[in-house]
Amino acid sequence: MATKVASNRAPLDVGRIREDFPILHQRVHGRPLVYLDSAASSQKPERVIEAVARYYRHDHANVHRGVHALSVRATDAYEEARTTVASHIGAASPSEIVFVRGTTEAINLVAAAWGPLSVEKDEEILLTKMEHHSNLVPWQLLAERTGARLRFADVTPGGELDMEDLERLLGPRTRLVAVTHVSNTLGVVNPVQRIARLAHEAGALCLVDGAQAAPHMALDMGELGCDFYAFSGHKMCGPTGIGVLWAHGEILAEMPPYQGGGEMISSVTLDGSSWAEVPQKFEAGTPNIAGAVGLGEAIRYLDDIGLERIHVHEADLTAYAIERLEAIEGLRLFGPRTGRTGVLSFEYGEIHAHDLATILDHRGIAIRAGHHCNQPLMDHLGVAATARASLYLYNTREEIDALIDGLALAAEMFGGPSAAPRA
Amino acid sequence: MSDSDAPKHLDRTIPESLSSLYQELILDHYRRPRNKGKLENATESVTMNNPLCGDVIELQLHVTGDRIDEARFEGRGCSISQAAASMMTKALVGRSRDEALELAHRFTRLMHGEKALARDPELGDLRALAGVAKFPVRIKCALLGFNCLEEILERGGSGSGKGGGSGRAEAAGGGGSKSGGPQAGGEPSGGA
Repeated sequence: MATKVASNRAPLDVGRIREDFPILHQRVHGRPLVYLDSAASSQKPERVIEAVARYYRHDHANVHRGVHALSVRATDAYEEARTTVASHIGAASPSEIVFVRGTTEAINLVAAAWGPLSVEKDEEILLTKMEHHSNLVPWQLLAERTGARLRFADVTPGGELDMEDLERLLGPRTRLVAVTHVSNTLGVVNPVQRIARLAHEAGALCLVDGAQAAPHMALDMGELGCDFYAFSGHKMCGPTGIGVLWAHGEILAEMPPYQGGGEMISSVTLDGSSWAEVPQKFEAGTPNIAGAVGLGEAIRYLDDIGLERIHVHEADLTAYAIERLEAIEGLRLFGPRTGRTGVLSFEYGEIHAHDLATILDHRGIAIRAGHHCNQPLMDHLGVAATARASLYLYNTREEIDALIDGLALAAEMFGGPSAAPRA
Repeated sequence: MSDSDAPKHLDRTIPESLSSLYQELILDHYRRPRNKGKLENATESVTMNNPLCGDVIELQLHVTGDRIDEARFEGRGCSISQAAASMMTKALVGRSRDEALELAHRFTRLMHGEKALARDPELGDLRALAGVAKFPVRIKCALLGFNCLEEILERGGSGSGKGGGSGRAEAAGGGGSKSGGPQAGGEPSGGA
């Protein structure tokens, strides 16, 4: 199992890491699995699987309401997970951590609870052209309800956020700047610290979609300076169905509830109710207790290895992958070459991404094909769909080589990357 | 396909399951699509897309009386969607509306695994797509062109007039536009 080494700076022993992930040791279509789809969802180490199973075997009951021993243990496990998340991301207090289903729900929560009271008709929400649908559609819904307007900062031809355009669009009407930390298509890391500062100078708040950042980099909410930060557990070695909304304590205290029900109230009469303290105010109903327990263990797993070491490994692997992909004639790689994570979207001649994904699948290689919930960006890039290989701590150079060989096979089957079809 | 001239270090064996999907005839229709391009005197046309993968097909027919005498398509997408549309247009010419609908039904049954139809002479080149039945996520690619056909035939009703004026139907899942603004129709959340 994973080695626990305090502030270890030694290079990652990937062979050892792979031992932690039981799912990786299988064959797909008769070949060793090469999992290059972690940006969609990461795999889970044995420790996390075991923590969830152990919770259900020994500690499960409902939280925050029973007086019996199991309920106390379940509540402790759930709240301990909250504390683990809080210290991992440098939150001022565990009460700033709201457990949600994932990034999508976190952003919807802000749009539904904070939005209507904070963004009026003709006021503006500033987004970018590289947002995932989950950081676009909730704001479209809010804009429809309130008459607010959405503005979109441009993406440069090199695949980076156009900061000049963002500054130009930021004005006295801007109430919120909502931006992704790392693009799920381009892999580019946005300067969110600077964006948050600019937003505040303009009198706006700043929300950061951290779905593609939290799995790969150390986070410190105090340093980042944004007001809301959202991420998902399942992309960072945790279970599905658990995610986090972090927000400043004062903002959470002022926000009205998101959903009504049990768990989130202080007292209820037939005429009305008063709300529980944060964060319970935002956690109506029985929460995903096992998911939180699993996420807490995933964070301890990543922290035991060290996100800095993971970053060094991923940066090395990404550079190697870019070098090999760029050497392929007819292959167009999107996004910048530096200042990025290991999310590698590309187009290969006239071979459609779905055909690439099918061919690679039969070599045991899992990649994503499609628009990656990023249709406006696809339109901006002038492509209908891209193939996307995404890397994580358990990937190796040999797996990149397998990808390159698979692409060569695809080209051979289709008679070369530029072989028709003619429009 | 031979891998004899491939470099030794690169295993270029094409797995059997894969070659059953990518039949040479399919790749041929993909590389050299038949009946592709605008049909100037189309009496009926419809555009549909697959919101999950961005495949787009516009089917255009010229129908005289009850008889399809020309069929062309435009579009973009994966080899399966484009080859299937190409094969379909080839098979449609000369058929009545009812015969065309029958063809659509047969092909749909083939896609849903009815193996006997893989030898059905009525299906012509479309038989090469029989292997798609084993790839559930690709079946919708193969059916996109036929979905357009069914949309036209069911909208027009047998024998009656022209739906051409109304042009584009709503595509399944919302949004038939090729490059419109942000669309969320039919999108599963959190997939990326």
